[in-house]
Amino acid sequence: MKRVKHLIFWLVVIGIILLLFSTHVIAEDEYRQQREALVDIIKADVMLTRDYLNQQALDEKVFDALRKVPRHEFVRDAERPYAYENRPLPIGYGQTISQPYIVAVMTDLLKLKKTDRVLEIGTGSGYQAAILAELAASVYSIEIVEQLGKQAAENLKRAGYGAVNTRLGDGYYGWETEAPFDAIVVTAVASHIPPPLIKQLRPGGRMVIPVGAQFMTQYLVLVTKGVDGKVTTRQILPVSFVPLTGKH
Amino acid sequence: MKPHLSLLAAVGIISASSLAYEVLLMRLFSIIQWHHFAYMMISLALLGYGVSGVFLALNRDRLVRLFPIAIMANMLLFSLFAPACFLLAQQIPFNPAEMLWSPVQPLYLCSIYLVLTVPFFFAANVIGLSLYHYKNQISSIYAADLFGAGLGSVAVILLLFIVFPEQILAVLMLSGILATLLVSSFAFCGQPGNTKHWAIASVIIGLAIIFTPPGWITLKVSPYKTQNQVLQIPGTKIIDRYSSPLGLISVVKSEMTPLRHAPGLSLNATTEPPEQLAVFTDADNITAITRYNGKPETLGYLDQTTSALPYHLKQLSDILILGAGTGSDVLQATFHAIKHIDAVELNPQVIDLVQRNYADFAGYLYSNPHVNVHVDEARSYLATTDKTYDLINISLLDAFGASAAGLYSMAENYLYTEQAIQEYLRHVSPDGYLSITRWIKVPPRDEPKLLATVINALKKTGVRQPGLQMVMIRGWQTSTLIVKNGALSDDEIARLKQFCDELSFDPVYYPGISESEVNRFNIQHQPYLYQAATALLGDNSQAFIDDYKFHIEPATDDRPYLFHFFKWRTLHEILSLLGSGGNFLLESGYLLLIVALLQAIVASLALIALPLWLWKAKLGIEPESGSHLHMLVYFFCLGLAFLFIEIGFIQKFILILHHPLYAITVVLSTFLLTAGAGSYFSTQLSCRTEKSAFLLPMAAIALLSIAYSLGFESIAGFLLKTGNLSRYLLSIVLIAPLGFFMGMPFPMALTKISQTTPALIPWAWGINGCASVISAILATLIAMQFGFTVLIFMAVALYGVAAWCFPSLTNGGKITEQ
Repeated sequence: MKRVKHLIFWLVVIGIILLLFSTHVIAEDEYRQQREALVDIIKADVMLTRDYLNQQALDEKVFDALRKVPRHEFVRDAERPYAYENRPLPIGYGQTISQPYIVAVMTDLLKLKKTDRVLEIGTGSGYQAAILAELAASVYSIEIVEQLGKQAAENLKRAGYGAVNTRLGDGYYGWETEAPFDAIVVTAVASHIPPPLIKQLRPGGRMVIPVGAQFMTQYLVLVTKGVDGKVTTRQILPVSFVPLTGKH
Repeated sequence: MKPHLSLLAAVGIISASSLAYEVLLMRLFSIIQWHHFAYMMISLALLGYGVSGVFLALNRDRLVRLFPIAIMANMLLFSLFAPACFLLAQQIPFNPAEMLWSPVQPLYLCSIYLVLTVPFFFAANVIGLSLYHYKNQISSIYAADLFGAGLGSVAVILLLFIVFPEQILAVLMLSGILATLLVSSFAFCGQPGNTKHWAIASVIIGLAIIFTPPGWITLKVSPYKTQNQVLQIPGTKIIDRYSSPLGLISVVKSEMTPLRHAPGLSLNATTEPPEQLAVFTDADNITAITRYNGKPETLGYLDQTTSALPYHLKQLSDILILGAGTGSDVLQATFHAIKHIDAVELNPQVIDLVQRNYADFAGYLYSNPHVNVHVDEARSYLATTDKTYDLINISLLDAFGASAAGLYSMAENYLYTEQAIQEYLRHVSPDGYLSITRWIKVPPRDEPKLLATVINALKKTGVRQPGLQMVMIRGWQTSTLIVKNGALSDDEIARLKQFCDELSFDPVYYPGISESEVNRFNIQHQPYLYQAATALLGDNSQAFIDDYKFHIEPATDDRPYLFHFFKWRTLHEILSLLGSGGNFLLESGYLLLIVALLQAIVASLALIALPLWLWKAKLGIEPESGSHLHMLVYFFCLGLAFLFIEIGFIQKFILILHHPLYAITVVLSTFLLTAGAGSYFSTQLSCRTEKSAFLLPMAAIALLSIAYSLGFESIAGFLLKTGNLSRYLLSIVLIAPLGFFMGMPFPMALTKISQTTPALIPWAWGINGCASVISAILATLIAMQFGFTVLIFMAVALYGVAAWCFPSLTNGGKITEQ
């Protein structure tokens, strides 16, 4: 009798473990499918905007990164059900995790190579840093809001991006000891582009800045530093909209 | 039965508090949220008046039997719910920026409407019930209501100068209690309902409020407002706060991380801003007080922005800065060693920051012998001076965020109209410049509209080739447009090119520019602004304006909406782009106004039509009588027309009185106070039997409105030549007769109804309330579309319709039956 009870006990325990494991696998599988669907939506949006982006499609490596990085690990529990919708989400402290489409376009604009060193100003949730980590050799990210910075570091570690170098502090002077960078993403823009950041951009490097309020990116600014050190910008509207219909 | 004087006073106090509450909510929500949503929420909350009308119509006899208790209870409830409902509403996690993303946000917005409706409901009950109870003295009650509102409009402005806006909630509470105390001690003394208890309860609550430590009401500012975002930076805190009706100013200091505000800085900039204090107005609109140690070389960064262009074109010695704010433009001029600077700023508290409170930090900038500071509105200052300047400078007066999101679309702005540009140019000395710097928007909106406005202004002053006098440059963030009083020389153009090359700015337009010279450093998909400038200067400018997907028709004083860019025909295209991040294209301010209007119409229909359909007899409408429909039209038209005229003339008189705040206060309070007087005297006309007596006020309103509208330019021309005090006095003299007559039609009709079908008084009160809500929103939309003159004429037409309906009110619907 005792043996039967013992057997039943272990069967129940194993059953529960299997159940938990399978729900985890099912959930992960569901998230993977959602990511795939999200990539399709973004691809469709890019098709509509290709004139503005001056290219037919984004680099497939960017989509691979989007397929891989678990966005749900970078949002609060309340927002998890919306993690794979193509929209920005609040992450607390008046900050947001950008719309995946904008993240994709911004990342693509950087034209990253596997050997690149990337600096990010404004870690936020850590999602953009994780995407960058998929495409570059090393990622350095600075966040000024203490709680956000700590949370982002945890998110990155949990999602398997512990190699991203994070730091709390003022991003205005960049990350002097690790400069120069091949690419810089400024997600928390001040009233102007900090001159020290332009200095830390390697000749031939690229910097991307989203302009606009939280939840509403107006346009993207791509700053390019030529090999001669000459700096130019390109203002990129993330949607296909020509203000004029006729010809004059 | 005559109302006791104390009851009239109490009605006045409640009316004053209710109007003050409305203005206060506008302030409070502008601080914790954003202006346009504040406008929307409060307009709709006023539907509390409509709800009250229906409530009173259905329960009138029961409430009249309990009149003293009902009145006192509603007064106390108003005083308790006014602060309570605001505190509750600010707990609702509404985030306007998420409206298009999250389906729960519209629900939050609706719950804010509902919560804020409650206090207005109680206030309206007090007035509506008094009107019904004292049927024979309607004009006195209505006069008390209008007088109260008039005094309330002045009182709240004064209070906003003295205390912080959140503290005024306590003042409103006390005023409601005072009203209860008044009626319980005098008007209802000895009447059934044990008024003593009410008096004691009022005193206890009043004392409790007075002795409650301050701080029980704190504002919960949205975390997405710039100020709150800056406060997240370690070591950053608010070190000073100042309140005025012009805005709540906070000074923010950072101990650890320097604040750096230098919009428009060139990418080639080599210098950084010195230490700064951030200054926020209503928790947004960041500007900065810059530490100045008297060494101009520390200000080098200000010379690396597009707005520095005029200083590089030629030597300037006498300049005027409009909207000087916390002084960055004055510092820029100081960097260029300008001999004489006149700086005009509207908000005296902002000047005080630089001149007194942080004078040492700011290097006594505003006390510098080269700098003359004037507390004035830009156009008001120019109207009273004959001086001319080498340069008049207007730079970035609005914050980028709000400006880019189309939030200012419904806000009138008299700084950027054809007439304003002409006024500026009159004060530019020969060969001097007018320089206007604005934020870059992609795709461009306000820059083409500003260009169109400037070009039209030049053409109207007789300039044949405006293109010879204009230059424009842009960086990635800002653009600067310069209009010269004379043709530009080759030397100036060469200097412009050099300035642009050094700082990687792009020329947009100068006389003789070629397309190869534009769009080189800050590349846009197409050289939009160059195309706009050349098209607008060309022969087909109107076709360009028509084809452009944003509304870029020049702004005028009659339609002063530079930031209104919405075109209906583009809506479909923009809606299709929303999912892919195109929501910034939506000019949300205008659309929200439309949404608010639709909501108000639906709510009004529910409040007016539903009871009519379901409880016709209960409302007091006699079977077979059709007069109630005439009554409906009459009171609806009055509700619309009253505010149309009020809003139309407030805007017209802003042009004469200039200062937006004082102009609104003076015009509004004069309207309300004289309308109160008109209501009081309307009894004289109501007693008379001939029909012409009833039509007299409406004829007078029509005559005066038309005369003022048609002759406005002569009136303005005359008044602008007189001194400050006489301008205000003469404006009051002009408005007073109009207000006086406008106060009459409502009480006269109610008096007539009281003689035929008194049961309908509360219903009429509700209809008027609903119409007022629709009116406020509709007036703005009409003005944006057609201008203020058309708005006033529409009001006159509405008075005409009301006059047509009036006879059937006077004989209980007999005309209709005939």
